Amino acid sequence: MEIYTALKMIWALLLGVLLTGLAVMVGMDMGVGTLLRFVGRNDAERRAALNIIGPHWDGNQVWFILGGGAIFAAFPTLYATSFSIFYIVMILLLFSMIMRPVAFEYRSKVDASRWRETWDWAFLISGAVPMIVYGAAIGNVLQGVGFHFSWDGQYYQDESFIWYLLNPFALLCGALSLALSIHQGGAMLMIRGEGAIAMRARRFAIWGGAIAAALFVIGGIWVPFIRGFVYTQPVNPAMAATPLNGPAVAMQAGAWMRNFHSFPILWLAPALGLAGMILGPLALAARRPVLGWWLGAIAWIGTIGTIGAAMFPFLMPSTTAPSQSLTVWNASGSAYNLGWMLVFALIFTPAVIAYTSWAFHLMGGKVNPEKVSRDDHLY
Amino acid sequence: MINPTVVELSRLQFALTALYHFLFVPLTLGLSFILAAMETVYVITGKPIYKDMTQFWGKLFGINFAIGVATGLTMEFEFGTNWSMYSHFVGDVFGTPLAIEGLMAFFMESTFVGLMFFGWDRLSKPAHLAVTYLVALGSNLSALWILVANGFMQDPVGATFDPNTMRMQFTDLGALVFSQDAQAKFVHTSIAGFVTGALFVMGISAYYLLRRQHRDFAARSFRMAALFGVIASLAVVTLGDALGRMDYLVQRTKLAAIEGIWHTTTPPAAPWTIFALPDQSARKNIAAIEIPYVLTPLVTHSWNTAIPGIDSLEREAKPKIVNGIQAATALKAYAGTKNPAALAEFRKYQSDLGYGLLAQRYAPDQDLAKITKADLPGVVDRTAQATIPNVFVEFWSFRIMVAFGFAFIAVFAFGAYYSLKNELEEHPWMLKAAMWSIPLPVLVCEYGWIVAENGRQPWSVYGWLPTFVSASTHGVGYMVFSLVGFALLYSLFIAAELYLMFKYARLGPGFREAPAAAQAGAGPGLGRPGYANKSWE
Ligand code: HDD
Ligand code: HEM
Ligand code: HEM
Repeated sequence: MEIYTALKMIWALLLGVLLTGLAVMVGMDMGVGTLLRFVGRNDAERRAALNIIGPHWDGNQVWFILGGGAIFAAFPTLYATSFSIFYIVMILLLFSMIMRPVAFEYRSKVDASRWRETWDWAFLISGAVPMIVYGAAIGNVLQGVGFHFSWDGQYYQDESFIWYLLNPFALLCGALSLALSIHQGGAMLMIRGEGAIAMRARRFAIWGGAIAAALFVIGGIWVPFIRGFVYTQPVNPAMAATPLNGPAVAMQAGAWMRNFHSFPILWLAPALGLAGMILGPLALAARRPVLGWWLGAIAWIGTIGTIGAAMFPFLMPSTTAPSQSLTVWNASGSAYNLGWMLVFALIFTPAVIAYTSWAFHLMGGKVNPEKVSRDDHLY
Repeated sequence: MINPTVVELSRLQFALTALYHFLFVPLTLGLSFILAAMETVYVITGKPIYKDMTQFWGKLFGINFAIGVATGLTMEFEFGTNWSMYSHFVGDVFGTPLAIEGLMAFFMESTFVGLMFFGWDRLSKPAHLAVTYLVALGSNLSALWILVANGFMQDPVGATFDPNTMRMQFTDLGALVFSQDAQAKFVHTSIAGFVTGALFVMGISAYYLLRRQHRDFAARSFRMAALFGVIASLAVVTLGDALGRMDYLVQRTKLAAIEGIWHTTTPPAAPWTIFALPDQSARKNIAAIEIPYVLTPLVTHSWNTAIPGIDSLEREAKPKIVNGIQAATALKAYAGTKNPAALAEFRKYQSDLGYGLLAQRYAPDQDLAKITKADLPGVVDRTAQATIPNVFVEFWSFRIMVAFGFAFIAVFAFGAYYSLKNELEEHPWMLKAAMWSIPLPVLVCEYGWIVAENGRQPWSVYGWLPTFVSASTHGVGYMVFSLVGFALLYSLFIAAELYLMFKYARLGPGFREAPAAAQAGAGPGLGRPGYANKSWE
């Protein structure tokens, strides 16, 4: 295998790792934000819920930022094309995302119920909307998007955006992602929450996991009927990274199942996902929240792994110009760039994981609503 | 066809969101180090008042930080949403510092900022101090990497254009990171942040001193900030000079605009224009006041180098434009046919490709192929004129920055002097000056960015990619949607942040309403144990 091919594959894998990290860590915080109004019946309870993730949400959010940065660097054409084609949804995502840092820092700094209520709504929006958009975007990509490129590498969009917002499969994926995040957030609220908060969170989280499992099964039955994409000419994976003049691509129903047929070991991914979604709620029901949290993480790994396994090497297929579909082979950065980024990733990722774990360990323990409400240094 | 309205609105949106982000960044950069310095004194001397100082200024830091984070999110995604051609064209080089920034700087800063706020009772004194330093280091590292990215736009080194992928490809990490432009920008910008942070602390302390509140607390904060500020304000001016020299070396169009030089100067008598109303259409300065013999040594650090004026810069651009049109035409032919002859033709002119892309804007139907022999001189003329940024904006933004730069030195110097003599309260004019100066460094930073970014026009990547071809291809409706939303949300944010900033600054360091005697020897009683009492468990 050429080095360039290997680098492209490694970065496709790392992209998956990043998207999973984002889903698990940011998804957990989003779940807490979504549930905030429901698990906290009074201000003290809501503040306790917020302070459960208080010391960590900003660090977790960097998974999201790094997701953007890494796509930009490792798959520049994907970054350039997907973000602008999904403009309206990306901007909705941004609008809801940017309320969150402000809500955390400002909510509890004024002692007036209207002020706090308003920010609590902001938490709901900034929790639920991004998770739905995140899932829906992946759902859209799976079905292919209408675009083509001109000679200079500029994209042109061939379909109107309403399609991206309102198609049933995308909404299914959006709901799946929201449900998983509620499971994850609920589990965290159980881990560090006391009494009533943990109790209510447990109910939501169990439902979240169970609904996710159901949606995942429906999605699994649906996917073979969706148009998939497949190269119909020999491909040189080490090709120059450009979507122009590439080998031919065909659209066929069921094509997303091909990788599973060729490499049966890939069935492990959906199996893992489903196992996580079924066992996660059971663990929570048995009051084992830490185990439930990790099973939720496994559910995410399985879900994203399933999508990756189905689509590889496609990243964002085009329905109107299939041979210009973006793939791991034609949308990546140069070998020089991917190589150096790998060096940086190898050095810094272990460090990040180490100090993040340390931070969680240091700030562990139950959060008590009584104590929180007497301390105005907290969120 | 590129829709000029979309390009203009994208520029507007980028300018507004970036300027807005940068309202909050300088304070984060500077205040984080001031917090670290205060906490260092606390750890060394053990005096609780320095812990109070760290916590109080830390609270204000947090109020500012939140919006810095929120608006930073916008920036990270805006390249993709609004500048698709830009992202495609340079993503291979430009994306890398952004990704490294996340991995190396944001993770560090954002993880430790949580511990800085909430870890007081769970960390030993030295461990908490280390955490505070890591926050400061992280925020300044993030500035480093983002400015390496920006430095590439100003002086594109470390990458070459590849006709097979139709983009610039990364070739040299060292050249990118150690680009002189990037390094000069980094030191100037992060020290501008120190100026901002120092004046913020000094100004609010002056407010307490004027009202005879929290006197011990305020006097100590004032002194630390003033000393910090003297050094920083001297440094920012010196380093600004270094940055101006970079413009002389790599961006002569920007330099000519900054100084309003319409005609090439003749050393050594070349005058520096201190006041003028530059008129771009008449190509001259109205009502100019000039100081002879200053410009050449100022900019070139020598006595006998001529500084090219706008007229000669336009003249020099013309042959590049003609070549660039050849390059762009050959490139297009090569893209369709992979014809080696077209490639050879492109290679001959490739270094001027950017000028060809720039000429598209003035070609009939934006199509270089439609330029006739008769049109050519007209297109070349208009393209050449377009290589000069808006002179009035450059000239005045720069002068505002410089004037305030010197004013800050004076404010800090007087402040430090009276503070060391312990007679601050006898000079209320000094305290008032410090107080009213609080917002000025932020304003000056904004002008600095206008100099940098407006002066780079018409390029988004200097000499390679015109701003006009950088944008996404979506419609005007999309832009209106996002612009209106940003305007609404950002206005709400700034209202909330100013409200809280004033509220907590007025409440002062005693805001916790804790029993005054709780901590022996502490100034304004900050007794109650804070967050994260281990007794929870
Ligand atoms: C407190 C803030 C502050 C102060 C007092 C100054 N500057 Fe500045 N300046 C900035 C804050 C700043 C900045 C916001 O940080 C900029 C914007 C882009 C950059 O790299 O730094 C900047 C940019 C900037 C640029 C344009 C850089 C480019 O082309 O990319 C020049 C030439 C100078 N500065 C020069 C000066 C000089 C000669 C000063 C004083 C005599 C000065 N600055 C004071
Ligand atoms: C226009 C390009 C820029 C982009 C894409 C960008 C991106 C970001 C992002 C994503 C954040 C949030 C980080 C978090 O969640 O912790 C942020 C915050 C910040 N940015 Fe920017 N930024 C830009 C300009 C700048 C500049 C010019 C500087 C410094 C000179 C800067 C320095 C900072 C700092 C210090 C913060 C504070 C918050 C933090 O890092 O967490 N940024 N920026
Ligand atoms: C935070 C401080 C910054 C401010 C206030 C700022 C300001 C501006 C302004 C005013 C423009 C519009 C220029 C025009 O079209 O006339 C602009 C454009 C742009 N800036 Fe910056 N900028 C900042 C930092 C950066 C950084 C750090 C980067 C890159 C890492 C960057 C990348 C861009 C890009 C891509 C454009 C659009 C293309 C263009 O207009 O050339 N900016 N910025």
